[in-house]
Amino acid sequence: MNWLLNNYESIPFYLFTHLRLSILPIAIGFVLALPLGWLAWRFQVTRGLLLTLVGLLYTIPSLALFALLPPLLGLPYLSEANVEIALTIYAVALMARSAADAFGSVDPGVRQSAVAMGYGTWRRIWEVELPLAGPVLLAGLRVVAVSTVALVTVGVLVGVQSLGFYFTDGSQRQIPFEVFTGVVLTMLLALAIDGLLVLLGRALMPWARPSKRRPMNRWIRALGTGKVAEAVR
Amino acid sequence: MDLIGATLAWIAGFVGSGELWQRLGEHLTYTFGSVLIALVIAVPIGYLIGHTGKGRELAVGITGAARALPSFGLMLLLVSLVGVVQRPIAAYAAFVILAVPSILAGAYSGIQAIDKTTVDAARAIGMTEWQILWKVEAPLGLRLLVGGIRSATLQVVATVTLAAYINLGGLGYPLLQAIPLRRDEQAFGAAIIVIVLALLLDAAFGLIGVLLDRLIPTGAAPRRPRRPRAVPTRRARMVEAPTAS
Amino acid sequence: MIEFREVSKRFADGTLAVDGFSLQIPPHSTTVLVGSSGSGKTTLLRMINRMVDPTEGTVEIDGEDIATVEPVKLRRRIGYVMQNSGLLPHRRVIDNIATVPRLTGVPKAAAHERALELMDVVGLDRSLARRYPNQLSGGQQQRVGVARGLAVDPNILLMDEPFGAVDPIVRAELQQEVLRLQRELGKTIVFVTHDIDEAFLLGDRIVLLETGGRIVQTGTAEEILAEPANDFVAEFVGAARGKRALHEERIGDRTVLVDGLGQPAGVLDSEGGSEAGG
Repeated sequence: MNWLLNNYESIPFYLFTHLRLSILPIAIGFVLALPLGWLAWRFQVTRGLLLTLVGLLYTIPSLALFALLPPLLGLPYLSEANVEIALTIYAVALMARSAADAFGSVDPGVRQSAVAMGYGTWRRIWEVELPLAGPVLLAGLRVVAVSTVALVTVGVLVGVQSLGFYFTDGSQRQIPFEVFTGVVLTMLLALAIDGLLVLLGRALMPWARPSKRRPMNRWIRALGTGKVAEAVR
Repeated sequence: MDLIGATLAWIAGFVGSGELWQRLGEHLTYTFGSVLIALVIAVPIGYLIGHTGKGRELAVGITGAARALPSFGLMLLLVSLVGVVQRPIAAYAAFVILAVPSILAGAYSGIQAIDKTTVDAARAIGMTEWQILWKVEAPLGLRLLVGGIRSATLQVVATVTLAAYINLGGLGYPLLQAIPLRRDEQAFGAAIIVIVLALLLDAAFGLIGVLLDRLIPTGAAPRRPRRPRAVPTRRARMVEAPTAS
Repeated sequence: MIEFREVSKRFADGTLAVDGFSLQIPPHSTTVLVGSSGSGKTTLLRMINRMVDPTEGTVEIDGEDIATVEPVKLRRRIGYVMQNSGLLPHRRVIDNIATVPRLTGVPKAAAHERALELMDVVGLDRSLARRYPNQLSGGQQQRVGVARGLAVDPNILLMDEPFGAVDPIVRAELQQEVLRLQRELGKTIVFVTHDIDEAFLLGDRIVLLETGGRIVQTGTAEEILAEPANDFVAEFVGAARGKRALHEERIGDRTVLVDGLGQPAGVLDSEGGSEAGG
């Protein structure tokens, strides 16, 4: 606890650095994964190829990827870009699969009816398929966001500071509470971002909420028509 | 070109000196040891949840929260709590904690994914609850359980790589040693070895999955969609999505 | 008028869904394509708005070969109602109905005004306008589907088993609604169903299809019932099984109509009631 009293001033810095490092891979990963996921959903050939590839990418341990990228991309080992690119790769790998599932979750009947009404291909993808894929996309994005926030901490081993600093610093100085603080803050940050995504999803997709009005309506209608016994059933 | 040559030379030396086998041994001991312990803990609980349907919300919550848990931080926290002497025990505890949620999810979702009428039929022909569990639910749920074990193993393999930071060896040792010393060829070579190990384990589990599909033909692979574009169930997806490491 | 001229459709997998089909569909009346699954009826329907393009032959609307019309434009001037309504779940009822007018560039306010009018037309309360489709009953959703099909006031309305997924009571209601709408609006309706009763009820003209889109018989309900072209038709319309071959039976002091299976179909009320017999 002493540690916290003496060091709480450093928390905002590491917290915001951590947040900054997390957001870019999550956002870029999401945007890149959308077209990939759509292609994987649309064409069987790309599906097998792409999903195998992203599956393999996700298998790579993070520290190994941090060590592998600099020589491949000509980056210095201790650069933020190294960690950001690695985390983006993980985000794309995880999200592309979700995106393929998400486009697959769009009711084919609705897609057909959009065609029948005279939607052009691009407009249909943008105005019908993308929003309808929204709930599954959101579920995938939440996993990506939480995983990314947790993974950022490993960056401290290649010199990229984040809340992970408290892990190594606390470990070296034998202050368990410092490590504990780092773990808790990382989880809180992940949960906060997750919560924000849920709220964002509710705001953007009011139609996807399980309709709570419906059972109520059933009761009201039942009272109106005297068919209460039926509503209870 | 220089780097590739130097990397190959380093790998050759690493293998030739026998250090590879020592590090690989450490790595696999930690990995399989903790996954086995996790199996002993998680499978019975998972089967209980899957069979009775009770506690599912709790299991879902645990699996979700586990994803937010930074594995490196957890490992260092446990080690710093128990002190230097019991370091390996602390590390094992951390790996087990990381492995349990995936296996738990695989165990209970494997059972829950089974067609309810199949279980009903088993009960109707007079099987006891134990018989239902061992003769119906366990074999039919095996495919998803193996998926959970696969996720858990890969996550532990990745986290064991970080164990070198607390002097526990493993394949992460040459990697972590190389980064501050700017030995590019060593970092690169060690990274490749770690990746190859992860891919081999992944492939091994893939093979087990294929074998299981052959051995347990009908309904044994609830994850394989009937229509090519069907969406995996939320449960199956949860097992499939690995946690960060 | 819609005209099929020697139309065939072979799908990519080699199945011949339609083989040399020709038909003239008269305007301002309801034509029902009826047949079991595999008869190509939905494929034929979808050729009219180019959801499916024939591999041979032409489809013309008012003398114009629709292969020369851009599919997207064509679809926007043809109403389409399908099973399970096909409503966009992420749009409110009012926006669903206004979808096609908005696609063609009608300003939002005008499209919404029109949508509300259409809700009146199809018998939906305007208070439902702000709901999402999943907050409606199946029957209500289907009414929204019909309203959406009518939104651009198309001459042609295609209906693909629109009431296949609603329960029998609601289906009967919706069928009556279609009859009423058709009396008021006089559209060229092409209706696809596998339900012969529905076909007889709604169709000014009924086209009975066999596998491969082969026409077995064309005519009004009366014509087909009175003179089934062959055993297949007789079987299909139920005449052979006696479902529609009614005879009178006296039960007590009333005359009951009984079908060929011995099932009572109704009571004859033309004889002045039971007092006369008693």
